[in-house]
Amino acid sequence: MSDWLRHHRALVPYLFLIPGGLFLVLFFVIPLITTISVALQEGSLGTGYRLTFNFGIFPEAIARWDEQFLRSLQFGLIVTVLTMLIGYPMAYTIAFRGGRYKNILLLMVIMPFFTSFIIRTISWKFILADQGFVLGTLKDLGWLEPGFRLLATPVAVISGITYNFLPFVVLPLYVALERIDPRLIEAATDLYASRLQAFLRVTLPLSISGVFAATILSFIPAVGDYLNAELLGSRSETMIGNVIQRLYLVNNDYPQASALSLILMFGIVISIFFYRRVLRGQELTI
Amino acid sequence: MTLAAAPRHQLPIGARMRRAILPVFTGLVVAYLFLPILVMAVFGFNDIEGRFNFTWQGFTLDHWMNLFNRYPALNESLINSLTVAAISTVVATALGTLIGLALTRYEFRGRDPLNLLIFLPIATPEIVLGASLLALFVSTGVSRDLTTITIAHIMFNISFVVVTVRARIAGFDRSLEEAAMDLGADEWTTFRKVTFPLIFPGILAAALLAFALSIDDFVITQFTAGQTLTFPLWVYGASRIGVPPQVNVMGTLIFLVALVGIVIWVLLQRRDLSATPTSTEH
Repeated sequence: MSDWLRHHRALVPYLFLIPGGLFLVLFFVIPLITTISVALQEGSLGTGYRLTFNFGIFPEAIARWDEQFLRSLQFGLIVTVLTMLIGYPMAYTIAFRGGRYKNILLLMVIMPFFTSFIIRTISWKFILADQGFVLGTLKDLGWLEPGFRLLATPVAVISGITYNFLPFVVLPLYVALERIDPRLIEAATDLYASRLQAFLRVTLPLSISGVFAATILSFIPAVGDYLNAELLGSRSETMIGNVIQRLYLVNNDYPQASALSLILMFGIVISIFFYRRVLRGQELTI
Repeated sequence: MTLAAAPRHQLPIGARMRRAILPVFTGLVVAYLFLPILVMAVFGFNDIEGRFNFTWQGFTLDHWMNLFNRYPALNESLINSLTVAAISTVVATALGTLIGLALTRYEFRGRDPLNLLIFLPIATPEIVLGASLLALFVSTGVSRDLTTITIAHIMFNISFVVVTVRARIAGFDRSLEEAAMDLGADEWTTFRKVTFPLIFPGILAAALLAFALSIDDFVITQFTAGQTLTFPLWVYGASRIGVPPQVNVMGTLIFLVALVGIVIWVLLQRRDLSATPTSTEH
């Protein structure tokens, strides 16, 4: 065996990558192809499906669910901006001012993951409840109108998604900022750059690979999320994920659901592609 | 570093307050990250009957004492989650580590398509991954159960394992392996005695990540589960009627176990680091 391998060295990497690669082909690539073929079929569970190459399903699906698509895009963008506004200063602080607490702070950023995504979201539902201990107390004190509510509003859904994906933003930003030599920032201020100028001209451009990774890592799951809208929102916060989930698992409308999930995926791939082009020339790690 | 070293007492009050903004902000964000977890843990001690755990009624250890004898279906779902997480972690770590080794240590044709095949599952929203698997299982007539959930978890974990292991392998010194070969070790011995111990922390980190992602996964699991329930799916179903305090206790326990695991891992890494200088001296 080892003699055989010595004579066929070029085959070794393929032996290493074939089991995992095959698994991904079988359970990632083929399901995607199946999804495409399901989207192009017509029929129902009762009468059976027939492949009719019904490409019209894509514009139809977009027209029918345009409101949910737009809302997902809008929520996704707002969440990306919010996670960046919260995550960047935090990652900056850990990287440049963390000192010996760096690792503990990083651990604290990922610790929420030790609790279920679903339990954390239910916990928020509980915290934000109309008569819960936060709003209820504020209402009892007369600081809020009795009718004021957060649950079942876009605010609750957006803050829920922001909470869930914030750690995804802090980590890549930290990695990028940690690599920056603080002497470069010092040099900028020595050369009479204001602190703001030093940040905008030195720190920010040097951390752009982290910004790229971070925005993608919050935008993708945010756009596709449906759990926050379901648990924290109402019918008027329905996102495209909720529609896909309902069509697949409740209505069993597989062609429509497949079309929607393909549109979502290709929308995301195309926006990442253009986003990368905008940042072209910068060093990107992904 | 240099910023932190500036002598504080020399700064005027305004500058000192400005310097405090970032740490205070960071502290607040940490508090925000922990708030729902704290609420979960506290309400596991709430003295209530049944599953309407909404207002504080008083302190009890009852739910900790009777953790496993109130809701048999909850226990079963937890066992399902642990089973899926264990199997998918072992398989995905093995498959992913092999790909990581191939990508970092060998030259071969087809590297770009392989990189794309690794990257795409990470860049695809979970709902699309789950929905496509559902489309596959439905159109091939495969019934959905624990096996399909496990397959789905292995699939999404492979990419994360590859990325984690690759980062570790990329950072290590190839000359250590060359030295071993120069000293007469054959390839297998070199791998066993030099390469594997060096990349082991990376493999362990990848396995921990895979386990955490699997045990917590909701979206992909919901699409591939059929009638089978995992812990997150049980909690989701329960949330429509009311989440019993036993769920809070289990959530707290999982959190504590993960915390202890991380602390042990950090301690091991520290030992690993302090051991490095002596092993490279020779």
